Amino acid sequence: MLAAFLAVVRRDLLLARRQGGASLLVIAFFVMVIMLFPLGIGPEPEMLSRIASGVIWVAALLSVLLSLDRLFQADLEDGSLDHLALLPVPLPVIVAAKIAAHWLTTGLPLILATPVLALLMQLPFEGFATLVAAMALGTPTLSLIGAIGAALTVGVRRGGVLLTLIVTPLYIPVLIFGVGAVEAALQDFDPAANLFFLAAILLGAIVMAPMAAAWALRLALD
Amino acid sequence: MHKLANPTRFLRLTSAILPFAAAVAVACIGAGLIWGLFFAPPDYQQGDTVRIMFIHVPAAMMAMGVYVGMAVSSAVALIWRHAVADMIAKASAPVGAAFCFLCLLTGSLWGKPMWGTWWVWDARLTSVLILFFIYIGYMALWQAFEEEAKAAVAAAILAIVGVVMIPIIKFSVEWWNTLHQGATLITVDGPRVDNSMLWPLLLMIVGFLAYYVVVLIYRVRGEIHGRRSRMMRMAQAARHQAMQPAE
Repeated sequence: MLAAFLAVVRRDLLLARRQGGASLLVIAFFVMVIMLFPLGIGPEPEMLSRIASGVIWVAALLSVLLSLDRLFQADLEDGSLDHLALLPVPLPVIVAAKIAAHWLTTGLPLILATPVLALLMQLPFEGFATLVAAMALGTPTLSLIGAIGAALTVGVRRGGVLLTLIVTPLYIPVLIFGVGAVEAALQDFDPAANLFFLAAILLGAIVMAPMAAAWALRLALD
Repeated sequence: MHKLANPTRFLRLTSAILPFAAAVAVACIGAGLIWGLFFAPPDYQQGDTVRIMFIHVPAAMMAMGVYVGMAVSSAVALIWRHAVADMIAKASAPVGAAFCFLCLLTGSLWGKPMWGTWWVWDARLTSVLILFFIYIGYMALWQAFEEEAKAAVAAAILAIVGVVMIPIIKFSVEWWNTLHQGATLITVDGPRVDNSMLWPLLLMIVGFLAYYVVVLIYRVRGEIHGRRSRMMRMAQAARHQAMQPAE
């Protein structure tokens, strides 16, 4: 089962690389959304440092949201999803592997880009480590929850808009605790409570999301 | 529960419940409104504006309660392939969304004189707004599929996943420091509302619940009849086709 999991992860990573720079597009989108804020609100450093953590989180949320609709769609269209579903491995395991690959190609690059953007957004240095830690705990949850939405809307016309409508409300707890952790660190409080909440949501999502997404995918398959 | 999966039996049972629920709804909402608006004392801090509570609190409870009901009947539908449970969940969504909207609206009207603002981005207000969007997403998902059976399963999965938001809404006033006041009705030490206001409030809650049951029965009936007439039309079309001479 582990072999199948790793094989699917490897396949999806390979596909992402051969199809050219999916991660790069996500990062470009992430940077551009963040860039709009200093242009829209004004470049005063005090203002930017106050909104930095929230802006970075919102931009990360949108970037993940944007990358979701291809998560299962390409595989459904070329029929490989049928083959994956026929494997003698439970479908939730396959789905978990695809989610892991999705996180490696979107969430992880976002985390790597975050310190640079935090610098550009004048985030005080005390918040850096917490922001990266919160992103490390939060972005896998975004991929996991997003996969449920992607699976529910995969066979649907104009599924993209519907996907956004369904997934965004479910992302909000991650946003709240993610920003909360950074705010706490900036005000010299212990950010641990917020990080624990993020970790708890992540664990819950790991248990629930692959099963729910697999269930939803079966709909698209019959 | 399996007995209820038979739509005909469901229709028969609900015909028995319907007049009773309607009577409770009319009596409780009528009595609660008159008691709450004219006889309950004004609040020592908030004066007469506190009377919005008699609409606002039941609407908020129903907004959350209807969603939990939807999630439970969705789970029942998924696990036991219970046809009527699907219809109950589907029929509940617009009603829950309406309660949610009513809660937001009355809260806004109450917020203006009390807090000096129509809206604040406070945890409770925001999380109820999120619930409203979850209702809308749920309804949109039902519409998105052409096959009703697929839509039912997809919507059921979403309803069950979305139920994690309910405790967040319920406890938002305790987990975050917010402008919205804490729980006063359902607490460990019992209600912290004076009896003079508690009784009309409870009447309104029971009345809203009964009203929901009435509307739900009507909506599920419509759903059952709609499916039957669709099936009959399809059977008729098939018969019509069979009678055509082959070319």
